Formats: sequence, structure tokens, C-alpha cells
Amino acid sequence: MFRWSDLTIRQKHIAWAWAFLAVPVLFYAVIRFYPTGNAILISFQDWNLLGSREWAGLDNYVKLFNDPEFWHVFRNTFVYLLLGTPISLVLSFVIAYHLDKLRFMHGFLRMLYFLPFMTSAVAMAWVWRWFYQPVPIGLFNNFLASFGIPQINFLNSTTNALPSVLAPAVWAGLGFQIIIFMAGLRAIPKSYYEAAKIDGVGWWTVLWEITIPLLKPTIVFIVVFSSIGFLRIFDHVFNMTTNNPGGPLNSTKPLVLMIYESAFSSFDMGYAAAQTVVLFVVLLAVSLLQLRILRDN
Amino acid sequence: MAVAEQIRPTTDALLKTEAPKRPRNLGQFLRWLLLFIGGIAMVMPIVYMLSTSLKWPHEVYNLKLIPDEPTIENYTYVLEDGRFYWWFVNSLVIALITTVCNVIFDSLVGYTLCKFRFPGRYIIFIAILSTLMIPTEMLVIPWYLMSQQFGWLDTYWGIMFPGLMTAFGTFLMKQFFETVPDDFIEAARIDGLNELQIWWIVAMPLVKPALAALAIFVFLGNWTAFIWPLIVTNSVEMYTLPVGLSSFGDEADVAWELIMTGAAISTIPTLIVFLIFQRFIIRGVVMAGLKG
Repeated sequence: MFRWSDLTIRQKHIAWAWAFLAVPVLFYAVIRFYPTGNAILISFQDWNLLGSREWAGLDNYVKLFNDPEFWHVFRNTFVYLLLGTPISLVLSFVIAYHLDKLRFMHGFLRMLYFLPFMTSAVAMAWVWRWFYQPVPIGLFNNFLASFGIPQINFLNSTTNALPSVLAPAVWAGLGFQIIIFMAGLRAIPKSYYEAAKIDGVGWWTVLWEITIPLLKPTIVFIVVFSSIGFLRIFDHVFNMTTNNPGGPLNSTKPLVLMIYESAFSSFDMGYAAAQTVVLFVVLLAVSLLQLRILRDN
Repeated sequence: MAVAEQIRPTTDALLKTEAPKRPRNLGQFLRWLLLFIGGIAMVMPIVYMLSTSLKWPHEVYNLKLIPDEPTIENYTYVLEDGRFYWWFVNSLVIALITTVCNVIFDSLVGYTLCKFRFPGRYIIFIAILSTLMIPTEMLVIPWYLMSQQFGWLDTYWGIMFPGLMTAFGTFLMKQFFETVPDDFIEAARIDGLNELQIWWIVAMPLVKPALAALAIFVFLGNWTAFIWPLIVTNSVEMYTLPVGLSSFGDEADVAWELIMTGAAISTIPTLIVFLIFQRFIIRGVVMAGLKG
């Protein structure tokens, strides 16, 4: 008969470990791994939720690569990434760099910059959407009008809409990046700066020869983190264009919105699953690429 | 009062902020001024949202920051409508339960992976780590099918189940349990505590700051979560605040001051939490960001 007291200390130890892990392992298997496999499987099937699941081979992927909407959306997604990541990286670095050198009201200023990070993307998307409205409603255009400057068509123009949607996303993430940069700046030993001071090196050289190289791990983290965020942009776009999601003329539509529409408006589950697989591959490739580039040189 | 005075120097030292000094020269003053203007610009959207939520309709479209006659009429109207009240309760319940679940399970798994040596440890470690790579968007379709099959659509459980444990939280906690000395655990074993007691009574109190950081992250994440609640809910009374606000704003002819009021209702709780625990939250963000 099995008796707990017969077990050795090591066996008890193992039993405890597995007892602790039983529920979590089940959770990760059922809620993370099984769905991942299922998503890949569905991407090779033709299924509209009502009918039967039919094997479709590579049909969904072929359809995707021949779909002009997909390429448009793919381009948009990378525009979000290629505009959003550098802009937020430079802005947050410049702010953190100067804020770090300031003592007067330091805590208060840091709070102001961090506050937007604590807001909900949906709520702020609606606030910005209001700002962007034409006169007499929108705040920005009212402001411009009070100086006699011509109106800007923010959300209804195919060229302006994407940057307009991107702005609140950059704005909301800035505070987090500033805080991380400041932590990185504080971690640089003071002795480096003192040595540079003794050698009489200018601040520009100090910035490029000491600060930025030593901040590399922080920069890698922020670039990867914000890139993933911009590639997955959805909340802002969806809420700022609810009247015509991803519009005007698909000019703001990111990949995640296309996935959402394929799956939950057209109920083309196989097609949507194929898009999620593409998103996964893109995220993986972009993260690995950036880690490589930034680690190497 | 006395306690607060005693605690303050400690927290100050942790954040390494020196005593405030007035800017000494013109350069420093300009730096301060520009950062101050930038900081004010950063909070403007939030300030305008709050100010507009307190305005009468005829004042909404002027640029005045402080309403001539502030009113809480918008809040009364929006809350009497009932929907925002429900959405608020839904969001709160879901965010709280998910937070408690994450704090318990993420720390239990993190602790086990950190302090136990057992066959399969490495595989589990890598398996959980690898889930960090999988974007939520890839999982929503299978989760939806699963919910449909088991009748979880449009229920609290349906909204909550994907987030009850997170790999991010597990690794955050694993990192922090590394700082708990093995001697403490050994001593507790000799004292006759069982492993569950050691984890809960000995180890957990030692990582309280990390638990709080995790709790804040999970709560904020679930309070603001949008895409999954949007997919899994379909009746108005099951919406969470973000989903509700999105549908409310999309209704025809909804006045902007009412949308701003709804936005304020979903933002004010996190802002209050932030203003109370500011230093603590910023420290938590740094810990989570750099260690997680």
C-alpha cells in the first residue's frame, strides 16, 4: 500500500513540485498550446463556422498572397511600425535624458509624462477622435481656426488618417519608455562620466561614446517591446474608425483588424487563421532580426 | 503621521531622487521649462476629457479648460442609463478575479521553477517561456471556438479564462524568488512546515513588492483589455467598460460630452490608483520591465 511516509525526502520533493504545477500545466496545455496548434490547423481548412470543416491545403495562404487588401494591410502594419518605433524611441530618449539631469520638480514632471500610460486605449482613442473632428466640434481644428490657420482633415483623409491614429498610440506608450530609459541611465556608473569630465570631453561625445553604447540593452528592450506593440495595433484603429473600420479606403487598417473582420464579420475562420499565422511569423521575424542587429554591432 | 515621516526617507532613497534644487543657470532653466511644457501637453488629452465631462452641451466646443458652470449632469445621465454602471461592475469583477488568480498561480509556478529540482523542470520552463512568443490574436479564434463549444460565450468565465495565468507574471515572480535565500526555506522545513506553508508563509511575504507590481500590471491589462472581451461578449449587459464605451460612442447622435464622460469613468479609477501609489507603481514598472 502507498504510504506518504515511505517516500524519500527527494521523492516527496518531486511530488510537491508536480502537485504545485498540476493545474498550471493543464492550463498552459489547454489554453495556450492546444489553441496554437488548432490555429495552425484551421489555417489549412475551409470553414465558415456553420458548415463542416473541409481540408483546404494551402488555399487560404494562396488566397491571402493574391489578395490586394492583404498587401495594403501588410503595408499599413509596417508603416505603423516604421513610423511609431523610431518616433517613440527618439522622443522617449530625449525626454528621459533631460529629465534625468533635472532635480527641480523631477517627481512631478515624471508623473505628468507617465500618466497617459495608465489610461485605457479605448477611452483615449475616443478622446483623440473628438480632438480630430472638423470645426466646430474638434479641439485641434478649433485651435487652428482661432489662429486663422486652414483646417486639417485628420481622420477622413487617406494620407492623414494613419498618422492621426498612430499619434495616440505613441503618446500612450511614451511614459513607459521614458521610465525604462531613466532606469537605464541611472544604471550607468558615475565613474565613466567623471573620467570623461577629467579628460575634458564634450557632452555630444559623451552621449555617443558613453551613454548610448552603455544603454544598448535598454534600447534593445524598448525597440522590441514597442515594435511588437505597433505590429499588433488594434484598439486605437478600431475605435477611431468605428463608422468605417480601417478606413477611409482601408488606409488605416492593420493586420489585426483584418483578422478580426475575416473571423468575426465574414466568419471565414480558415482565412483569418492563416492571417494570424502570418502575424505570428512576422512578429517572430521582426523580434529576432532586431535582437540580432542590435546585439551584433 | 509619525510613521509616514519615518517611511519617507526610505522610499526616497529607493528612488534615488535627491532633494529638489532650483535650476541654477539659464540652460537648466530652459531644460526645465521645455520639459514642463511637454509634460503639460502630455496630460492635456486627459485634462480635456475630464473638463468636457463636466461641461453643459453649449460649452463643449469652446477651448476653455475650466467650465463656466461645472455640472455633474453628464455623470448622472450616463449612470442613470444603467449600462455604464453594469460595464463598470463587470470590468471591476473581471479585473479583480484575474489579478488574484495571477498573483497566486504565477507566483506558485515561479516559486516551484525557482526552488524545486525535479524531472521535467527544464521542459516546463522552456514550454512556458515559449508561450510568450505567441500573440493573443493567434489564439482568439480557437478560444472563441472553445467558448462556443462549452457555452462560455457571453459569461464572466469566458472573458476571464484566457488571462488567468501569464508567462510574463511567472517569469517576473521566478526572478524575484531567486532573491529569497534557500536557507530560509531549509530552516522552515526543519521547523516542520510543509511545502505549501513554506511558499505561502515564508516565501510570499519576502516578494511583496514584486507581487504588487504584478498585481498592478495584471489589473491594468484586464481593465483596459479590448479585443477578447469584444469577441466573446454579445449581450450589452455583459460588456466590459472598453467594449461598452466603444459601442456607446458608435451609437448615432451621441453627444461628445457624454462620450467623454464614459471615457472619464473608465479612466478615473486607474488614475486614482496611480496618484495614490505613484512612486510604488513607477518602481514596479521598472522592475517588471527590466526583469520580466
